[in-house]
Amino acid sequence: MPRYFTEEHEWIDVDGDTATVGITDYAQEQLGDVVFVEVPQSGTELAKGAEAAVVESVKAASDVYAPIAGTVTEGNSALEDEPELVNTSADDQGWFFKLTIADKDELDGLMDAKAYKAFCDGL
Amino acid sequence: MRYLPLTDTDRDAMLAKIGAASVDALFDDVPSDLYLKGPVEGLPLHASEMAVEKHMRRLSKQNLAAADAAFFCGAGAYRHHVPASVDHIIQRGEFLTAYTPYQPEIAQGTLQMLFEFQTQVARLYGCAIANASLYDGSTACWEAVAMAGRVTRRKRVVLSGALHPHYAEVVRTMAKFTEDRIAGARPSLTAMPDDDGLIARIDDQTSCVVVQYPDVLGRLSDLQRIADAAHDAGALLVVVNTEPVALGAIEAPGNLGADIVLGEGQSIGVGLQFGGPYLGLFAVTNPKHVRQMPGRLCGETVDADGKRGFVLTLSTREQHIRREKATSNICTNSGLCALAFSVHMTLLGDKGLTALAAENHRLAAIAADRLAKVPGVTVLNDHFFNEFTLMLDGDARQIVRDLADDGVLAGVSLTRLFPDAEGLENGLLVAVTETTTEEDIETLASALQEKLS
Repeated sequence: MPRYFTEEHEWIDVDGDTATVGITDYAQEQLGDVVFVEVPQSGTELAKGAEAAVVESVKAASDVYAPIAGTVTEGNSALEDEPELVNTSADDQGWFFKLTIADKDELDGLMDAKAYKAFCDGL
Repeated sequence: MRYLPLTDTDRDAMLAKIGAASVDALFDDVPSDLYLKGPVEGLPLHASEMAVEKHMRRLSKQNLAAADAAFFCGAGAYRHHVPASVDHIIQRGEFLTAYTPYQPEIAQGTLQMLFEFQTQVARLYGCAIANASLYDGSTACWEAVAMAGRVTRRKRVVLSGALHPHYAEVVRTMAKFTEDRIAGARPSLTAMPDDDGLIARIDDQTSCVVVQYPDVLGRLSDLQRIADAAHDAGALLVVVNTEPVALGAIEAPGNLGADIVLGEGQSIGVGLQFGGPYLGLFAVTNPKHVRQMPGRLCGETVDADGKRGFVLTLSTREQHIRREKATSNICTNSGLCALAFSVHMTLLGDKGLTALAAENHRLAAIAADRLAKVPGVTVLNDHFFNEFTLMLDGDARQIVRDLADDGVLAGVSLTRLFPDAEGLENGLLVAVTETTTEEDIETLASALQEKLS
């Protein structure tokens, strides 16, 4: 399953027509202890770059943007009671939402793991 | 911190820095014909301090103050005795001049006060979490409606007909900008509120049901029943209270199924003050709703050394962080009024509040019994706390005016509250508090008897 990355520090797992979106380990480390996550409701149609979710830590509150366009099929309800999953399992259990991919071509503009690592090293 | 006015040197330095020749040069862009050339029409140029004082004294003598009359006005603003120590404490410089507690290192006292205020409000309302106050009860009412919309993602609001009409008006005004649909009603002059009618208006699009408790006519609904109906439809129950002293005698709304409880805190500590500044109280029963609450919250924590400390918390919902995501356009709280509330509440304590409530109700019951004996007067309510509605044989508004000329402030006529509603002309809302004497009650009864005979 290919994983893509954005310059906004989101990751996207692609499985057929479905994508799962989360924030990267680098991002959660920068944020510090996450205390609240607001995920989008199922059925929400997101344009590429639209505000999709909110993540609040003890240090900051940030928007999470949709890396590609699509329709939300599921928000991670586990984050409602356990926002700290973003810290402990950013790459896996701390995912934010799943969506049906509207246009696969949009994935072309995103980074792979190697490119993202290089991007982070340059920050 | 320095609070010094600008000196000429400061001003010159700033002008030199930005390269302007003079202050007037900064306003070059304003067309010259828009400048004010002479005095403002209708305003005198100036007067000496003594002359102004004399003028203001003459104007103030036209008022009939609550303390100088047999006084029965309520309808959301109540005359209570405020101990002198309240005023003394709130005027201490540490409190009076502290503006906003963004700087916790120099505002621990203010923050602690707010924390204790929140604790008192939460306990009074039977709620889990209260905020650090809003501007007043009516704007708090809108905030509750807006919050219910955020929680339920619905936009239909059912207002009780017996909600204070000014509160309803604030909700309607604000809803113009949010596209919330408001289903309101007129009050019915029945001994008990029309809870069945209210419940019938709840549907699956309803975000919240707003009821007042006691209602604007002084009546008491069965809140639990309305709460069940609201919750069955997926809506929240918002309960408005305009007389917090009542909660020393009746069950707290938070214990009867309310989701949001809000009200006017003026009764405790604040005084009538010709209508303001007042104090909006706001609390929720479900801790999960805390992020949708408006206004600021003060929290308790520990510092790096484990010492107890206080902070503004959840600031991301307020205006100073992520302004565009703020839950409200209110960006402060009624700090000094909240302090007055908190000091008065502390002086009362649990027992004091209960005793104060009992005394209010005792005197109100005496007044209702006495006034019911006046020919041409009927008491509407079966139940009340310290405020009830009289039906008079005559236009209440005119009678109130006539009695004011005789030094009796008889209450608030329903026409004044509901200027457009037909069939309410003879209704008079009468409030009684611990400041009302039995002599005052007798004065009102005699005055009404004379006027109605």
